Amino acid sequence: MSEPAAEIAHQFVDAGQQRDAATFGMWIFLCTEVLLFGALFLGYTVYRLQNPETFDEAAAHTLIVAGSINTAILLVSSFCVAVAVHLAEQGERLRVTLLLCTAALLGALFLAVKAYEYHLKIQEGLFPGQAFHFSGPHSQGVEMFFVLYFTMTGLHALHVAVGVAVLTGYGVAVLLAQRPARLATAVDLAGLYWHFVDIVWVFLFPLFYLVGRAP
Amino acid sequence: MNPVLSQTPLQPAASKPDYLRAAQTLGSWLLTTDHKRIGILYMISITLLFFIGGVAAALLRLELTTPAGDLLASATYNKLFTMHGVIMVWFFLIPSVPTVLGNFLLPLMIGARDVAFPRLNLASWYIFMFGAFFAVFAIVAGGVDTGWTFYTPYSSTYANGAVIAMAAGVFITGFSSIATGLNFIVTIHKMRAPGLTWFRLPLFIWTLYTTSLILVLATPVLAITLFLMALERIFGVGIFDPALGGDPILFQHLFWFYSHPAVYIMILPGMGVVSEIIACFARKRIFGYRFVAYASIAIAVLGFLVWGHHMFVSGQSVYAGAVFSLLSFLVAVPSAIKVFNWTATLYKGSISFDTPMLYALGFIGLFTVGGLTGLFLASLAVDVHLTDTYFVIAHFHYVMVGGMVMAYLGGLHFWWPKITGRLYPEFPARISAIAIFAGFNLTFFPQFILGMLGMPRRYHAYADEFQVLNVLSSAGASILAVGYILPLAYMLWSLRYGKPAPPNPWRATGLEWTTPSPPPTDNFAIIPTVNEAPYAYETQDQPSRDYV
Repeated sequence: MSEPAAEIAHQFVDAGQQRDAATFGMWIFLCTEVLLFGALFLGYTVYRLQNPETFDEAAAHTLIVAGSINTAILLVSSFCVAVAVHLAEQGERLRVTLLLCTAALLGALFLAVKAYEYHLKIQEGLFPGQAFHFSGPHSQGVEMFFVLYFTMTGLHALHVAVGVAVLTGYGVAVLLAQRPARLATAVDLAGLYWHFVDIVWVFLFPLFYLVGRAP
Repeated sequence: MNPVLSQTPLQPAASKPDYLRAAQTLGSWLLTTDHKRIGILYMISITLLFFIGGVAAALLRLELTTPAGDLLASATYNKLFTMHGVIMVWFFLIPSVPTVLGNFLLPLMIGARDVAFPRLNLASWYIFMFGAFFAVFAIVAGGVDTGWTFYTPYSSTYANGAVIAMAAGVFITGFSSIATGLNFIVTIHKMRAPGLTWFRLPLFIWTLYTTSLILVLATPVLAITLFLMALERIFGVGIFDPALGGDPILFQHLFWFYSHPAVYIMILPGMGVVSEIIACFARKRIFGYRFVAYASIAIAVLGFLVWGHHMFVSGQSVYAGAVFSLLSFLVAVPSAIKVFNWTATLYKGSISFDTPMLYALGFIGLFTVGGLTGLFLASLAVDVHLTDTYFVIAHFHYVMVGGMVMAYLGGLHFWWPKITGRLYPEFPARISAIAIFAGFNLTFFPQFILGMLGMPRRYHAYADEFQVLNVLSSAGASILAVGYILPLAYMLWSLRYGKPAPPNPWRATGLEWTTPSPPPTDNFAIIPTVNEAPYAYETQDQPSRDYV
């Protein structure tokens, strides 16, 4: 291996093994994440099959503009991370930091938009539980829709928040590192995580915002 | 291979101190990233938790010696069986072989210096302890009476007690399982010594691998399921409660999607231990190595497709029931392959009956009974009669206790010299192995009959005609208790007074036995190269075969 490697931990034989192990570990972690969200997607499927019209009706109460803006934000931030991963392998410093911090900032913006949406929903009385009120025929089904909405987007938002912290952390670390190339694997893994978070949103967006809006 | 070495207690060549003497402070244990020490931390933790769960079981059996509910109020009884189930499943059985023997042995068996992520490994122990703290807190704070299955809407709406704390304990512990599983998978893929191809791996490693796959893929589903149950309970929102528009059967599907594969988490590593022991004490190569290895994979894969057999009477569709029934029968095939291959390995072997072998043979017998009675329960019509009776209790105890606990104890004895550098005393060990086997059968066999006769589970009182069998069962439990306390005593004794162990007291094959006992912190001075298949007992024993 000719590349400037990260320091090799004692349990590894060489840098290649260390990098392979870390990358493979990240993929396994993402598998567990898929299963974590998977159970919720199953729940969504079951309840939507039980109340198809109601879910269409409830989806009309989500903010499609905010959802679309957020989709764009996450896609752009994922692009930034993809470029950062590429540049990090070449040992770049400033541009990597800049791109990672931009991505983190976009993530924060996503959370801000999400928080605003939550705020509106709560004001409309659509937060499930005691305070829930919906003046329509299928109040119970609509409440179920919003239980899933808050749980699934909430869990996703938690992942975004973790991602923002991780991206910022590596942005700073690359800036301060003596040899930024040593962090290439770490940036790569943070990137994998961020793309995963992005992909989950790509599934959430149609389920909660686009459903039932077809003309 | 080297008789002089195997008779000399201490290893003169090793200049480095072994992992136990490398550092002695409490901090050096609590902050260790050494997989061997982490294995010991887990061993101490789960032993304590085992005895907590055991006390609950003892009280249950004591109550059941008489038909009237005289010792325990029904509410207390419900809390005790919940506590017994939760502690034993999540805080003993699931971590037992993987986190204790797996952590200790995995790097040693594959010729590595440690697992791939040693800090994550330590973190998993802290997460485990944090979860255990919540579970114990839930017990102290009033207990939980939902049963270990937390069925909704009872758990989410009606149950009193510290349901949230108990669920939080299980939820948190799940992440320690995931961390361990992830670590093992990466370690097995990426850290094997040169020449150690997949089909040269000891079968114990194969079972750790498949167990880890289940841990990693199933546990997140349990986490989210318990999380949703807690949401329903805290906020009163409908997810599983039909009164609020939810579907309680969905909870059962999600719960068993984890909890059935979890049964295989609780048996596969035990099968791995048994494969190691059988080969060593029959002095033979495992019969049909590849079949046994593939059987582990088959069990893990099929294990994900049979969860519905827990729900035959839940109102799920009959067609789904028929498919789940068929798939459940299929799981018996790889399990049977393993049993046949162990038996075939014994054939014409030079068998010796040391303690680990007694446990392994006990395992084969008890697991076979547990497995075959599983087929009764997998049959739709029979299951309708047997659901929620003592037949079910007996069946899964035969698999989990007769299987996994026997294997865990067998493995602990087998590798005890390696782990501690001391030999345990053989005589009391054999006594306890026999006591456990006898006590176990006396405890649980009558429960099959009780179940056939229709005695329901989860009640503190029962009809008079069941008393004889219940008294037999409780009597067996007391023998079982002696069998479990005895090893605790003599193993602790051996730490100080046991004979120093040579590197390879059983003349076993496997890389772990090429290290000193106990091994040095970094395991191998030079990473070994492997150039033969595992279990080369015949070739190893050949030179000394000058007669028998």
